[in-house]
Amino acid sequence: MAGSSWLPRWFFQLASPRWCYDITGKLLPGFFVAAILLVVAGVVWALAFAPPDYQQGNSFRIMYLHVPSAILAQSCYMLMAVAGAVGLIWKIKVADMVAYACAPIGASIAVMALATGAIWGKPTWGSWWVWDARLTSMLILLFLYMGVMALYAAMDNESMAAKAASVLSLVGLVNIPIIKYSVEWWNTLHQPATFTLTEKPAMPIEMWLPLLVMVIGFYCFFSVSLMLRLRNEIIRRERRSGWVRELIASK
Amino acid sequence: MQFETMSEFITMDGHGLYVWLSYGIGVSIIVGNLVLPLFKRKELMKSLARRLRRENNTQ
Repeated sequence: MAGSSWLPRWFFQLASPRWCYDITGKLLPGFFVAAILLVVAGVVWALAFAPPDYQQGNSFRIMYLHVPSAILAQSCYMLMAVAGAVGLIWKIKVADMVAYACAPIGASIAVMALATGAIWGKPTWGSWWVWDARLTSMLILLFLYMGVMALYAAMDNESMAAKAASVLSLVGLVNIPIIKYSVEWWNTLHQPATFTLTEKPAMPIEMWLPLLVMVIGFYCFFSVSLMLRLRNEIIRRERRSGWVRELIASK
Repeated sequence: MQFETMSEFITMDGHGLYVWLSYGIGVSIIVGNLVLPLFKRKELMKSLARRLRRENNTQ
């Protein structure tokens, strides 16, 4: 592999569990501080300072959790599928570990998006749940995460489990554009996208800014959680190697 | 600040239950995703240290 120069060096460094463990150890504190600051500031801003919606009143404050969690649940799925594909193609163990670490985080974030959506739906639509295209495809995303987790749990052989889970997550990738375009392809109760970076936002700036803070905060939180889980998994799988033994002995 | 009094902030014009329930769920999922891996790490390090000591004793 060293002969193929079209891939940059960091790509192969990423393949080294030890290098990954060290670099995530350096990145963690910064991301942790950023995540705490942004999420706390975003929550306070969303709850107390953002102006109420002229139609929905204060229930619209749920949006500041609902939209970032829905965005993150889909990004996390894409990362899981891409990491799984990298693991399948280049046989990189760290990529398998990233995919493995993504699944439980993504599942819990999908639960957050669905739960906050249901709670928001009750005062807004008068119903906790409707079998609308957006809601149904989001529920399928949660089931895909659960399927991936079940595959990891069911197989004792780690490389076999990683292969099976990667294939499932790659097949399930077709659901991501379905979620994105569901509000355009079908007549849905769900409103179209409220948060875009490329177009002029559909809401006033004092409503949009706290949302931006929350979205960035959620990404920081996700990277912290992912790095914590990844480091655990690196230690667990590399427990027989010299550097992990030294690490444990030094504690 | 959009609210005059604390009770206004809590009731949110009748939407208080929905808003606070959502934020309760959201915050607990975020905190859980940070605390659980930290607990798991502690446990993992303990069990690996025990295994290492056992191996050293038998040698």
